[in-house]
Amino acid sequence: MDISAFLLFWAAIFTSNILLTNFLGMCSYLSVSKEVESSLGLGIAVTFVLVFTTGLNWLVYRYLLVPLGIEYLQYIVFIIVIAAFVQLLELLIERYAPALYYTLGIFLPLITVNCAIFGVSLFMVIRDYNFVQSLAYGLGSGLGWLLAILMLAGIRSKLREKMVPAGLRGAGISLIITGIMALAFIGFSGIAPIQ
Amino acid sequence: MTRKEIFLTSAFRENSVWKQILGICSSLAVTNLMLNSLIMGIGVIFALALSSLTVSLIRDYTPRSVRMIAQTLIMAAYVIMVDILLKAFMPQISKQLGPYVGLIITNCILMGRLEAFASKNPPLDSLVDGIGAGIGYTFVLLLISFVRELFGFGTLFGIRILGSWWTNWSIMVMAPSAFFLLALLIWIVNSKYYKEG
Repeated sequence: MDISAFLLFWAAIFTSNILLTNFLGMCSYLSVSKEVESSLGLGIAVTFVLVFTTGLNWLVYRYLLVPLGIEYLQYIVFIIVIAAFVQLLELLIERYAPALYYTLGIFLPLITVNCAIFGVSLFMVIRDYNFVQSLAYGLGSGLGWLLAILMLAGIRSKLREKMVPAGLRGAGISLIITGIMALAFIGFSGIAPIQ
Repeated sequence: MTRKEIFLTSAFRENSVWKQILGICSSLAVTNLMLNSLIMGIGVIFALALSSLTVSLIRDYTPRSVRMIAQTLIMAAYVIMVDILLKAFMPQISKQLGPYVGLIITNCILMGRLEAFASKNPPLDSLVDGIGAGIGYTFVLLLISFVRELFGFGTLFGIRILGSWWTNWSIMVMAPSAFFLLALLIWIVNSKYYKEG
């Protein structure tokens, strides 16, 4: 695919937001977005992990799986790479930056099961990005996810004093807010189309 | 609990999507066409039922410390099977589903059922539980895709239902409608069946 990495970065944030148009990373998005601060923490952690795992997975796919002709094993290999990276990162942060560990570290186990991380790696393979494009796409997707969860957390913190119909409380109203955000993001779609 | 009760509980009473809000990533993404939803649902039923069975069979020999990673690898193996089968026999649909087949692995429903049920119960019960949860999930996918395809394209399973007078609602094809419909479904179910909760 011929698209500049710069354009791809913006597209991943606005026009094809990983959460609002591809629905990835919904589980932790709905459960963590109760508070702005923890949303910010998780969002930063997701962005960080996304950039590195996308890069690693690209290298592994291109220089290990393709030459050996075992592309069909990509699911298992990607999952292992992600899990191993997150585990390693957790150990390193705990050892060298204990302060950071208390703010970010608690979110790291959640990230292994965040489908946005795995999904970005799969999109990267399907759309045939090169290394730089993959990094830009990973970074953009992470920031896009961060943006979405921050917006939801901000709105939800205001919702606490509002009357929400009983059946909609919790996930229901969050989904409706997300739907409205997705509608608003369609307004960006002329900027940088990908796909 | 009899097997029938296990089935009904995991399929409807404790339905993963509307009761536990799990696995909605893929339930939203593939629901613009009913056929895609059905194929996706069958894939999930297959992967979930067989990995439940496998996890349950080896539950006494799996050390607790590597339980999660073992479960993930078992799921991944079955999902790869689904992926290869789809690519071989339905290349068109496989292309449309794109990464969402692979994303069955990170679908929280699978991990949830394996962790909550299959790792503690005998194999046959786990198989039934897996099939039940899968069918409950497919049911939700079909409900949402029914509305989206009918209003978005005027067709069901690709067969034209609404005549030429019908103007397609492009919103139903796009992402926001999936969020709204799922919220609506959760709302209806919550206010009808779980009054006390």
